[in-house]
Amino acid sequence: MRDVAVVSYAQFAARNEQSRNEIEFLLPVVKEALAPTGLTSQDMGFTVSGSSDYLAGQSFAFVSALDAVGPWPPIAESHVEMDGAFALYEAWVRLQHGDIDTALVYAFGKSSPGDIGRVLSLQLDPYLAGPLWPDAASLAALQARVLLDSGKASEKDLARVVARSRRSALGNPHAQLKGEYDEAALLDEPLYADPLRKHDLPPITDGAAVIVLAAGDRARDLCEKPVWIRGIDHRIDGQALGSRDLSVSPSTTLAGRKAGLGDIGGGVDLAELHAPFSHQELILTEALGLDETRTRINPSGGALASNPVMVAGLVRIGEAAARLAAGDGQTAVAHATGGPCLQQNLVCVLEADK
Amino acid sequence: MSTEPVTAVPVSEIVTPIRLDYRYTPGEASSRFLRGMKEGRILGRRCPSCLKVILPPRGCCSMCGELLGEEVEVKDSGTLVTFAVVNVNFANRTIDLPYVTGEVLFDGADMTTMVLLSGVPLDEVRMGMRVKAVWLPEEQWDYTLANIDHVEPIDEPDADYESFKELL
Amino acid sequence: MSNEVLSAPHSMEFAYTRSTGPVVGAFLTGLRDRKVLGVKDSRGEVVVPPPEYDRTSFAPTDASALVEVGQEGVVTSWSWNPTPRSGQPFDRPFAWALVQLDGSDTGLLHALDAPRDAIRTGMRVRIRWAESPRGFIDDIACFEPVEEA
Repeated sequence: MRDVAVVSYAQFAARNEQSRNEIEFLLPVVKEALAPTGLTSQDMGFTVSGSSDYLAGQSFAFVSALDAVGPWPPIAESHVEMDGAFALYEAWVRLQHGDIDTALVYAFGKSSPGDIGRVLSLQLDPYLAGPLWPDAASLAALQARVLLDSGKASEKDLARVVARSRRSALGNPHAQLKGEYDEAALLDEPLYADPLRKHDLPPITDGAAVIVLAAGDRARDLCEKPVWIRGIDHRIDGQALGSRDLSVSPSTTLAGRKAGLGDIGGGVDLAELHAPFSHQELILTEALGLDETRTRINPSGGALASNPVMVAGLVRIGEAAARLAAGDGQTAVAHATGGPCLQQNLVCVLEADK
Repeated sequence: MSTEPVTAVPVSEIVTPIRLDYRYTPGEASSRFLRGMKEGRILGRRCPSCLKVILPPRGCCSMCGELLGEEVEVKDSGTLVTFAVVNVNFANRTIDLPYVTGEVLFDGADMTTMVLLSGVPLDEVRMGMRVKAVWLPEEQWDYTLANIDHVEPIDEPDADYESFKELL
Repeated sequence: MSNEVLSAPHSMEFAYTRSTGPVVGAFLTGLRDRKVLGVKDSRGEVVVPPPEYDRTSFAPTDASALVEVGQEGVVTSWSWNPTPRSGQPFDRPFAWALVQLDGSDTGLLHALDAPRDAIRTGMRVRIRWAESPRGFIDDIACFEPVEEA
């Protein structure tokens, strides 16, 4: 396998981007990510995006976003109707072919124009679940109850995740929900989507993110400290919510194993886990066998602090890589999810250049 | 409660209606353009890199990947760059057949706009023909390109092929 | 001329006609007859709704070999929906539930019509059928509690 590294990363996130359309807020992020490399989008061997047209409510909405990368003369590009993390996986695969050395990965989406909880119902089985229109929060709450009923976690654990996420987010200029919150005070809040409280749910975020990948020695040309992808894999669990144990994530465990997480002796320094709902962080921590006394979980604040749908998974990879590039750790694991209740999961193991 | 099971055809098909509602914003550049249309003005924007006047502006020059710059008002007369005679209707169209759609390069713009063409026999429609917009009555103007109902020929010599061949 | 950004309501609406295939078709035909069908899978468990392919062996499900499960069962999980949305089974706050019907080993997702503080994991519920079942998931109008004896 060719060594591929993250050489640059940029993002934008906001509560409610009322003025600009997706192209207008994506373009500056593309420029910001490319600038330190000295390259233009025309220099990239491959370009791939992650987004979902259902967020905009327009078919082929993703095509117009190509304007933001200046696709003339024509470029080699691709798209996945998924979180940008899965677009990054495609770019990583493409780089394995050996004929190109660089790739541009971007993700964007506005959750604010529509009702994102309802939009995500379209991910469900269209025959037997979709027609009931169960929204994303209701389904996440169903999963949370399975976890709480199992005895593996308590309400206090959820409050701990929320408090820690918002405290960590104080250091993240792109986060929307940040601050010092007392765990007991969080537990005093009323239940909302019982058993979840409002703060167990993510914010509604509009955003974009861009990552530049490079292979082999090219990566060292383009940045001071490449962050190598030591392994990357994604797996999926069954789609029928009543036919799997919602308190565990076997696809995350398998993806972690295939990505070589177990090869990092002694555990990774930090983990960015894509958990839009607080209880999901607990499930993922267990699924990846992370030791919280050894591994910092979501130093960015995670998706509970900022949740640009279709972007937040790519942001996990970017945030983890950026910290390693800055010397804040040597190894990391980044995770991305898609589908209801952690149905599909990607795990990416990162190591800073020595 | 029990009723006799209906001896009917097994279910083999279902209809699943989907409806999603949004509050859509076209963005800053498109909003300016649409406001211009409401005032009867065609407003393009110039790309700071290739210097072309983009119409309608949606924020970015799609060739250069640059945010658009200065606003440029474009005339409502132009050149018919290419056209199609349409003989087959499609859903929801109520125009009498046959009709002509064309790509018009409005004077001052560097991109063409699709419009309906009227007021000329089909066998006289030709590339390079000079045309002018026929607007709906002003009281019907809204935030839309559809304020221009169609274009009609004007009495000017045809534009030279060299002047628009890059747009084909 | 104002620089304020414009906005407008926009709806995306379409209706797909979907072929069900033999397995989902048989399940929905069952619902139309006020029956719930599942399949005994390679693990020896009864799966409701029946999937087209076995979740372990990936063998295709035999649509003619489905088994009927009970009309009552147990809540294996539930959540409260405080903000009802268009298309959902109720237009006031309500509960979602996974219900394991008697004879089934998996949960069926649907709405549960019960006050929030009366709902417990493990409670017994029964199907409330729609007045005129038509071969659709909403032939089950919802679940409702079974009164304690």
